[in-house]
Amino acid sequence: MEPAFYIAGGVAVLATLLMLTRLNVVHALLYLIVSLLGVGVVFFVLGAPFAAALEAIVYAGAIMVLFLFVVMMLNIGAHAAETEKQWLTRGVWTGPGVLAGILLIEVAYLGRGSYAALGTAAIAPKEVGIALFGPYLIGVELASMLLLAGLVGAYHLGFHEAEKPEIQHDTDTHEGRADTGGDLVLAGTDRSARTP
Amino acid sequence: MLSWLWLIPALPFASAAVLMLFGARLPRRATAAVGVGSVGLSALVTILVAFSFWSAPPAGDSYTQVLWTWIRVAVFEPQIGLYLDALSLVMILVVTCVGFLIHFYSAEFMMEDPGYSRFFAYMNLFVASMITLLLGNNLLLLLLGWEGVGLCSYLLIGFWYRDPENGLAARKAFIVTRVGDSAMMLALFLLFSGLGTLQIRDLMERASQQWPSGSTYAVAAAFLLLGGAVGKSAQLPLQVWLPDAMAGPTPTSALIHAATMVTAGVYLIARTHVLFSLAPAAQTAVAVVGAATLLLAGFSALTQHDIKRILAYSTVSQIGYMFLALGVGAWQAALFHFLTHAFFKALLFLGAGVIIKSLHEEHSIFRMGGLRREMPVVFWTFLIGGCALAGLPFLTAGFFSKDLIIWETWAAQGGHPALWIAGMAGALLTALYTFRLIFRVFFGPVETPVTNRFGYAMHAPLVILAFLAVVAGYIKEPFLTFLHSALPATIDAGAGGLTETGSEAVAGALFVIGVYFAYLFHLRNRSLADALTASPVGRALHQWWFAGWGFDWIYDKAFVQPFVWMANANKSDFVDAFYTGVARLTEWFYRELSSTQTGRVRWYVTGMAAGAVLFIAMVLAL
Amino acid sequence: MSLEVMLNAAGLAFVVGGSRWHQADGQVMFLFILTMAAAEVAVGLALVLRIYHRFKSLDADVLSGMRG
Repeated sequence: MEPAFYIAGGVAVLATLLMLTRLNVVHALLYLIVSLLGVGVVFFVLGAPFAAALEAIVYAGAIMVLFLFVVMMLNIGAHAAETEKQWLTRGVWTGPGVLAGILLIEVAYLGRGSYAALGTAAIAPKEVGIALFGPYLIGVELASMLLLAGLVGAYHLGFHEAEKPEIQHDTDTHEGRADTGGDLVLAGTDRSARTP
Repeated sequence: MLSWLWLIPALPFASAAVLMLFGARLPRRATAAVGVGSVGLSALVTILVAFSFWSAPPAGDSYTQVLWTWIRVAVFEPQIGLYLDALSLVMILVVTCVGFLIHFYSAEFMMEDPGYSRFFAYMNLFVASMITLLLGNNLLLLLLGWEGVGLCSYLLIGFWYRDPENGLAARKAFIVTRVGDSAMMLALFLLFSGLGTLQIRDLMERASQQWPSGSTYAVAAAFLLLGGAVGKSAQLPLQVWLPDAMAGPTPTSALIHAATMVTAGVYLIARTHVLFSLAPAAQTAVAVVGAATLLLAGFSALTQHDIKRILAYSTVSQIGYMFLALGVGAWQAALFHFLTHAFFKALLFLGAGVIIKSLHEEHSIFRMGGLRREMPVVFWTFLIGGCALAGLPFLTAGFFSKDLIIWETWAAQGGHPALWIAGMAGALLTALYTFRLIFRVFFGPVETPVTNRFGYAMHAPLVILAFLAVVAGYIKEPFLTFLHSALPATIDAGAGGLTETGSEAVAGALFVIGVYFAYLFHLRNRSLADALTASPVGRALHQWWFAGWGFDWIYDKAFVQPFVWMANANKSDFVDAFYTGVARLTEWFYRELSSTQTGRVRWYVTGMAAGAVLFIAMVLAL
Repeated sequence: MSLEVMLNAAGLAFVVGGSRWHQADGQVMFLFILTMAAAEVAVGLALVLRIYHRFKSLDADVLSGMRG
């Protein structure tokens, strides 16, 4: 099973690098999906079939699809590709490259030591389930609350955006304040936009 | 009667306080009564005390009255104590009596001046400080009086403060004497650290016991005290302030800068004569300073045209004689000359004051003339004073005192023929400039008419002082004997080749020669004087001596200009630069830090990433 | 997107750890990470939509209202 590990790992790393350097957002997202699937394979090779399944279904299937939805909704198009081309110059990569390099060295340093053989025994989903309902029960409940919060937050943030048009306000005049007084939520959103 | 000693300084102090507090509200007559009366009362008490001292001398020929202990710190316990012996008695007699006459004179002299009460307050404060200086039984109290008279001198020179020139003269006087004062304070530190006391009697005893003759301590202390005396008495090299001090009112010049304050240096040296006896080098220095000064000032006086400046240089010269006497060990002779000088110099100044005021503030002798007929009283008294100054033989006190000094420069153990020659040359110069003054002012045609006339209040002191200037000479022997109780006798080295009468004869001859030449140049043929000053050598000498031998110029170049330059260079205050630098550094940090608040997400993310990397590295390192 | 990569990498580390020591805990942690990533993406993308609507651009440098 070892070659599968290396191949999948290599694919994942390569796909991530390609993702970083793409000018077109959609291309980058697709490469990310590839990377995630490669990591999923790695999970499977390591004997974590449940994690592999989750990776493919939730991560690549749901989260990345969400990304794609948003990108397509914004419809950035060729203009964004142009600006990305301007921004992603060689010089821009030095800083992050250096920092990432240092981190890589640190991780490698941490990971030094005896190498254990790849475990062949797979951990069945049944075990994971027992662990979830056992010691990690509270974690599960908290995670569900987190999801709820995320849901409500996303809903709320998305709500006003489509509803009311932007009202131009001069924040220095008294009328401006009187208009938004009393409704703090509205006051926050109806501030005059600083047009870019 | 002796227990009334404390009244002598206390009365003028009290009147000074009263005049300072209430003087502006009192009418002129009341101010004059308080101001003049306090000094008069003080003079009266002094005379009574003197009588009592003279008729029934106390034990040890001295009387001490301790009023209270001033400071008490470990072993340092100076007191407010008054010490009366022959030396201080003579001096306070002169200060109070001549002071009273001058106050009486100035009651009318300053009548139109708006600062009338201020003037009397300062003058009384001066008299009080001077008496404190003279009567103090420890050097710290003496220093208090010393500083007090310096302060009053400053206040009175700059009395007409609205004219910045007067302020300049006052500051110059103060700063120059300050140099001397600093030397004196160093001397006090040295004496205290070496001998453990500042009480004058104990000091002198311990010094003679503990310090061998010629020891560095004694020499250092003596030289420093000489420095202080030189400052206050306007001798070389600190004589530059006295001619400019004539910017003050004439009574001030008479009292402070002729009769009393400038003799404080003489008093100091006389008081600490034990130290000077222990330090022959210092004593020789005193004599040399005196001789050099009397010649220098004499030449300068010959070229001045402001009547008060002539008298100022004359004062410098005569105090040079006193220093000369102290330097050769003729202590009583110095004091005798002080006595006579006080009389005739005060007389000359007061007379000059009358002249100046009568001619409506005319100061130049070349614009005066023929006042002999216009102001007879002033003329005769001034003539007597001038003869006393120049040393008219046998008739004036000045002759006796000055010749005693000159004789002692030859005869005393510390004497030297060179000093004798200097003294004689000085006598010739004195006669020359004095009669130059008299012939220019009182003889010849009238240049400026007399516009004001004054009454008895200003003429009476002149007459009294003239009388004293004549009579004081005849009390020479009793006076010297009287002072023996306080000052050691002069040690004679045995006069070789000259007797006292011989010396006197030479002095008398010089007097006649001086008068004759003054007559030649300034009365008979005045154009001769002009021709002399017009000749190239004459003009150079004239300018040089007129500027006081260039001392002002030297001091300006050596001290004033560098100081002004340094002050200008430090205008931005390099010490402050440190503190402003700290502030600027903080501001720089603020600017740099606030520039990190870009508000850009990418910047913050970079910061976080770098921080995470750093943190992990730190954890790994540990 | 980079955040997703990072989260994924962390999850990978956990799973590998779990595999190394034959425990289910690694996968449990991975599950939690996944959950958190999902919630974060939802909210984050909603924010991105708001930003785009407001500033008409997705340039992060435009969002410098906290400058100063």
